[in-house]
Amino acid sequence: MRLQILDRGHRLPTKALLAVIRVVSGHPVVDAVKLALYRPDFYGAGALTHEAMRGRSDWSVGDRELMAAFVAQTLESPFCVAAHSATSTLSLGDTAKVTATLADLDTAPIEEPLRATLRMLGKVASEQVIDADDMRAVLAAGATPAQIEDALAVGLAFGITARLANAFDFDLATPAAMNSGAKHLLRRGYR
Amino acid sequence: MTDIAQLHRELVARVLGGDGMAPPDLRRAAFDDANLDEPLRTLVGKVAHHARLVTDDDIAAARAAGLSEDQIFEIVVCAAIGQADRQYTGALAALAAATADPGRSK
Repeated sequence: MRLQILDRGHRLPTKALLAVIRVVSGHPVVDAVKLALYRPDFYGAGALTHEAMRGRSDWSVGDRELMAAFVAQTLESPFCVAAHSATSTLSLGDTAKVTATLADLDTAPIEEPLRATLRMLGKVASEQVIDADDMRAVLAAGATPAQIEDALAVGLAFGITARLANAFDFDLATPAAMNSGAKHLLRRGYR
Repeated sequence: MTDIAQLHRELVARVLGGDGMAPPDLRRAAFDDANLDEPLRTLVGKVAHHARLVTDDDIAAARAAGLSEDQIFEIVVCAAIGQADRQYTGALAALAAATADPGRSK
């Protein structure tokens, strides 16, 4: 973590909460949690992220976690790729689908609406120009306008988070800590 | 996901106009990735466009320019939200154009 305040600058009640998380989870607190709990009155993107990831949508939770991992991969954030690959894998119950999608979107064994949506999200995150033709391609693949809007909300939330993870240099937690975090994210979400 | 628009607006309003330690015009400039002098121009540009290239030296340069850690935190947050916001808004506009066009394929 590049800023000491994000490691050790929390208010006392929050420090107590971080200690409880350490004890209950049996792992060091991951940097994403430290960021989320630092001055939440200023940044506090938990509600937005929770709505994008767990609010009502025609996309499954596992699909949205896969979108988060894909956006994070486009933005080259190893922390977010690991966290949301783990969460997507746990939710979908399918390691191969997540691994294959991140390795090669074109050949991954996923439905066409999801494939076209991920391609579009990758284009947005990599700062290519997005126009109506790009969106028509996603619609033609079978995604609805509402699904595209929902996917863009995931892209917004993780466009922010993945940038912050890199800028603040989040430590890559152990796989065991990431899996523990994934279980928490499926049980409680992001709030 | 009708709540998303409201939550998005609230987040942007909070980081730009809410209580903070960096001056509002500096937060706005970081959000816009515009009108910044060095060393913040480099730091904010990296956060927006190549966040993985941010280095300890970029943060140290901001400290050396007299900014506190809380001010740097706020500036980096504004830079990340600003860029994600522009991409999101642009993509929604493209979707609106695609769905408004009677000639669209589906």
